[in-house]
Amino acid sequence: MANVAEEQKFPGHPLLPYALILPSVAVIVVFLVYPFLQSVQESFFASTAFGTKTVYVGLRNYTRLFASPDFRSSALATLVFAAFVMLVGLSVSLAVAHLLNQKLRGQGFYQIALIWTYALSPAVAGAIWALMFAPATGIVPFVVAKLSGGYLMNWMTNGSLALLVVSAAATWKMLGYNIVFFLAGLQNIPEEFVDAARVDGAGAWRTFWDITFPMLSPTTTFLLFVNMIYAFFQVFGLIDIMTHGGPGDATNILIYKLYRDAFLYLNTGTASAESCIVFLVISVAAVIQLHYATRKAIYAR
Amino acid sequence: MSSRRWKVGATHIALIAIVLIIAFPVYYALIVSTLSFQQAYVYPPRLVPGTELWHNVVEAWNRVHMGRLFFVTSVISVGAAVVKIILSLMAAFAYTHFRFRGRALLFPMTMITQMLPLPVRILPTYEMMADFGWINTYSALMFPFFASTTGILLFRQFFLTVPRDLPDAARMDGAGPLRYFVDVLIPISRTNIAALFVIEFIFMWSQYLWPLIVTTTEDMRVVQIGIKMLIATDQISPAWNVIMAGTIVAMLPPLVVLVAFRRSFAEGIAMQTQK
Repeated sequence: MANVAEEQKFPGHPLLPYALILPSVAVIVVFLVYPFLQSVQESFFASTAFGTKTVYVGLRNYTRLFASPDFRSSALATLVFAAFVMLVGLSVSLAVAHLLNQKLRGQGFYQIALIWTYALSPAVAGAIWALMFAPATGIVPFVVAKLSGGYLMNWMTNGSLALLVVSAAATWKMLGYNIVFFLAGLQNIPEEFVDAARVDGAGAWRTFWDITFPMLSPTTTFLLFVNMIYAFFQVFGLIDIMTHGGPGDATNILIYKLYRDAFLYLNTGTASAESCIVFLVISVAAVIQLHYATRKAIYAR
Repeated sequence: MSSRRWKVGATHIALIAIVLIIAFPVYYALIVSTLSFQQAYVYPPRLVPGTELWHNVVEAWNRVHMGRLFFVTSVISVGAAVVKIILSLMAAFAYTHFRFRGRALLFPMTMITQMLPLPVRILPTYEMMADFGWINTYSALMFPFFASTTGILLFRQFFLTVPRDLPDAARMDGAGPLRYFVDVLIPISRTNIAALFVIEFIFMWSQYLWPLIVTTTEDMRVVQIGIKMLIATDQISPAWNVIMAGTIVAMLPPLVVLVAFRRSFAEGIAMQTQK
């Protein structure tokens, strides 16, 4: 990106740019890169009983993890959870943003009335959804029992249902963020493109899939990445408040398992290997996202 | 004409329905926060407010020393947001206004933050905090969060749109780069600064896992952990009325920040999606 705008604007200050970047780089090296490299290193070691000594074990932490049913079920729960948050969350948000993206009275009101969930923390969302599904008192089990004519059911003691409920809670909390980004993305699409398709006789549905959706792909890939990071890591508080990873291990997603391995069971080697596996997954996603982000320049022409 | 009118009406109805559905969980939480303990356990669940809101808020506030939690969380949220804004402004200024050796290497490095969220380095970072003697300090709560890819990208994006005449004119007037940065560039960046403040304040206010690990004493706990403490105090039949009162109080500061800066926030987001 060596464009004209990035050229030298204040010649004769050779050291200043380094001084300006130094604080950021120092923080990144000390608190990010260095501890991450330590994570990688520790993933090749295991501590002996009572943690008195560590020994090099090569890839054994990894092979053990992949062979362990706990890890596999945790990875599966993470994938289901993340897929729900990304697919359901983004589809709903895009539909809402698309509906909002037209000349309407009360535009300002709708915007704030639709994006405020962004300000909620995962823990707050978890507490509120725990209330809604609380056994005996929750409103949702009550309504479902009324509508289905069935009996009151405890949703949180059934593994699949509990995973569904935490996924829905996590998705709800992200709606505001997703809607505001989709709306901004939609507003950046020049009207001529949509109008041209309309003139050519394309219906609303065709226009959306042929013009709007492809032109929105930078925003969509960005949001897929952000939601993935969110579903992998930031929902810790939500899980801790709603289920503690239960019932059984049904909602024991990787971040929760990582926390327990690292800080409750003190399995440094296992936890570090989990950190590294998670890092590999998100690096792949980050590279894909960057690839799309740079390709969008072509769309802009 | 009338078909267009009908369409607009239908759109409004659909949007209002969506607004209400999204708001329902918080409405229900608000209702429960106004009930007495017994009322919160009546069957079928109540959907009309009671009169116990103030009582429940005071109860929640005192039970987990919310005043202290609010103080600590405000310090780290404002503190980290301000530091991140300053560091991002400086780095973005360097990247857009100077050519220097190693820029091609340093820029991707400051972008790597995105790929190294706390969980991939959590144990060594925790050990580092312990080695520094930082457990139960503001430093431990804030320092590992100071790098901001979002911030650098946001400001870089904006600085690239600033016309070349501006720095040139400043130079003609004999102003040095720092003078131009502080007196011209930062003031015209205020919309983006406000947008980044919203993002980073909400991000820090929501932190849960890291404060849980690096604080062990009650006087350094944060608001999110307060919610956990409220729920954990009564296992068998949770006092949902008190828990919800505490939860509502805990969500107010970030909501107020978002609503107060909503214009700048929306504009900042719009700029970020343009690129």
